[in-house]
Amino acid sequence: MKPELQPRRVTGPDGQEFEVDPLRDYYCEAPPAVHPPAYLKIIEDLFNWARAESIWILGFGTGCGAIEMRPLMTPRFDAYRYGIQWRPTPRQANLFVISGYLSVKTLKRVIRSYEQMQNPKYVVGLGSCTINGGMYWDSYNTIKRLDDYLPVDVYIAGCMPRPESLLHGFMELKRIIRAGQAEGANDYARNFAWYKDNQKRVIHDWDMPDYNW
Amino acid sequence: MTFEWIQIPYALLTIFIVLNYGLLMTALIAKIAARVGRRHGIPIWQNYADLVKNYGLRSSITHGVMFYMGPVFRLTGGVGLLLFVPTIYGSVMFSNLSFAGDLILALYFVFFGTLGMALGAAESGHPYSAIGITRGLSQVTMAELPLALAVFAVALHYQTLSITEIVAAQQGGFLNWTLFTNPLAVAAAMLAFLGSMMRPPFDVVLAPQEIPIGPPTEYHSSYLALMQTNRVLFPIAKIVVYMNLFFGGATSWPEFFIKVFLIYMVSVLVGVVFPRFRVEQSIRWFMIWAVPIGILAIVLA
Ligand code: SF4
Repeated sequence: MKPELQPRRVTGPDGQEFEVDPLRDYYCEAPPAVHPPAYLKIIEDLFNWARAESIWILGFGTGCGAIEMRPLMTPRFDAYRYGIQWRPTPRQANLFVISGYLSVKTLKRVIRSYEQMQNPKYVVGLGSCTINGGMYWDSYNTIKRLDDYLPVDVYIAGCMPRPESLLHGFMELKRIIRAGQAEGANDYARNFAWYKDNQKRVIHDWDMPDYNW
Repeated sequence: MTFEWIQIPYALLTIFIVLNYGLLMTALIAKIAARVGRRHGIPIWQNYADLVKNYGLRSSITHGVMFYMGPVFRLTGGVGLLLFVPTIYGSVMFSNLSFAGDLILALYFVFFGTLGMALGAAESGHPYSAIGITRGLSQVTMAELPLALAVFAVALHYQTLSITEIVAAQQGGFLNWTLFTNPLAVAAAMLAFLGSMMRPPFDVVLAPQEIPIGPPTEYHSSYLALMQTNRVLFPIAKIVVYMNLFFGGATSWPEFFIKVFLIYMVSVLVGVVFPRFRVEQSIRWFMIWAVPIGILAIVLA
């Protein structure tokens, strides 16, 4: 563990001494909870419609595929007309597009960002690399199956997929959301131990709490 | 005006109309901007979907009491501003809770939301929020100055602090509007207006490209939805004040819709032409251009 994460005593600017335990004080360690659909079916349907029509993507690109997300904002593909927007903070985002190969180092950041997103949240795996490793299948430094580490809703195959197939993937995601089947966040909470196990197997310098909202 | 209970449902109705109008109008403006860029743009009901979705998110986390209060204060600022100015002049239903000294109260409400937001965002502890808040407060304070000067010039001009009376004095032909009877005050106020609309060149507070989105970085779910509600209510409430003070008010809803849209478009048009100011640049800009005009307006009044 890094030295700055060890518990220690510090002196405040006013001369007062107090204990700091960074992992405990700076993060919330409560594990994620399962939030089942709580309302009447008709209200859930309304919410699902709104969720499908207002997909906010976290602006976080992991591999080469991230380059394919930019054209979606341009006049040629214009994803905004489908209610798709990019948000700069994980707190407000609903969709995490894992855009290509994921090195172990990035996986750590991805996990932290994913856990900060609010339920319901979705993950789209973009490109062959997220499905089976793609052309990085024998790399020592990338993960092979995204599904082992995060609950994936839709995969988009290709190396690299065109923006059109990305749009098609989003349409597929919309269909799943509207049918009420995009419960990735709850799956993650339910199988939390299994996901953490897989994550810790590849991330060797695990210096964060198990769950950092 | 004396208070009667029936004013409360009337005021709620006003909020409802203005909210829906605001949701549609901001979407329309986004759509116009998209068409200028040869895009299709968002569907006109996009704001409703965003709002429902954010209210419908299942989980939310908090950073403390002030974190709750931030969006609430902000919404209070917007709703309060809307409630204490007469929306439609001469209509019993939509005069809301306006009273004799409401001009001062309105000025206070313009600032109230920003202060509440500052407290809430500070509690979230995110560095980007803190940067956004310092920028926001300094810029809003600076933009408020010419507005306050202009408002006092207008109050001196009409010898009253009641918005209703100011609107009444402007009736009868557009040449009676403050715009023509006191153009200096209007000029100062419109410059202040640009500064408080969170659009370029004064949008460094949210600064979407550099400090991801400033104050609301940590806000999500229903908190964010409350703030979105306010984001459509508040500009319109502010425009209502402007419309009443400087542009003759509105005597019917269609007139209201058109005037609000046109005044809003002023900030949009300026925004697409000019690049963004940094905070110290915008403060200097207000000092050099807007404040002297405001002072001149007071001196001449
Ligand atoms: S699938 Fe191809 S394009 Fe996408 S990240 Fe992997 S190697 Fe790059």
